[in-house]
Amino acid sequence: MEGPANTLNYFIAGYVVIFGIMAGYVTSLAVRWNNLKQDAAVLEELKEKEGEK
Amino acid sequence: MADKKPGLLTGLDILSVVLLLVVTGMVFFYAPLEAVMGAVQKVFYFHVATGWVGMVGFLLALAAGIAYLRTKDMKWDIAGVAGVEIGMVFMLINIITGSIWARPIWNTWWTWDPRLTTATIMELVYAAYLMLRQGLEEPEKRARFGAVYAIIGFISVPLTFLSIRIFRTIHPVVIGGGDPGAEGSFSMTPKMLQTFMFSLVVFSVLAVDLIWHRIRLGKLGEKVEALKMELES
Repeated sequence: MEGPANTLNYFIAGYVVIFGIMAGYVTSLAVRWNNLKQDAAVLEELKEKEGEK
Repeated sequence: MADKKPGLLTGLDILSVVLLLVVTGMVFFYAPLEAVMGAVQKVFYFHVATGWVGMVGFLLALAAGIAYLRTKDMKWDIAGVAGVEIGMVFMLINIITGSIWARPIWNTWWTWDPRLTTATIMELVYAAYLMLRQGLEEPEKRARFGAVYAIIGFISVPLTFLSIRIFRTIHPVVIGGGDPGAEGSFSMTPKMLQTFMFSLVVFSVLAVDLIWHRIRLGKLGEKVEALKMELES
């Protein structure tokens, strides 16, 4: 009797894509968050300096 | 401080990671190997789950669009963008994993079948949403445009969902029976069904977690934009 088709490579490729895209998105969220935090800190500083003038 | 991460979100992060590990273990070791397709059938669990949460993300954008037009509250604009972005990420996974599954089963990476075509159009409709928003500087104008676009663009979602039920297609239907011409259909054993249902739950939790993070990012972006405007004026 013939067994299941050997499709292991496609299975691996599928899960690499799934976890790769999810990891990429989580990284993008973290990077954008850090960039915005830095921007906010700089702008707050500028605002304080403006207030002192 | 408003940017401080809530404890509940940290808990949800941990829960999402744990659930994702558990369901991956179930897919790899608990769900049996399908008799004809072999290992590639296991892509199906996350393929369907990502399609589900992708469409829920677009549904959130629709609801947020309606809420924005009614209230003009910018929080709904932020929620709408979060829904679209998370929806697009999961739909992208859904489309690519479908193509990977199709290669050994349909003997092609891609075919212009009604489901594949409507899913691609849907993804492009929402990609255009994000791109067109970038071109609008004024926050209120951008939010109004986004709300109207999310409402009209949502037409592509039920069309994609129903495409395998109303058109002749080779794409299998998991729930409700499909076209007799569908290629790659299979009967789910109880273990397969348990893994499948659990995948839907896990990806729903994961989507809530990511949407929450994206909303926080949107709020921070709004704060930065307000600070910039304040300094410019």
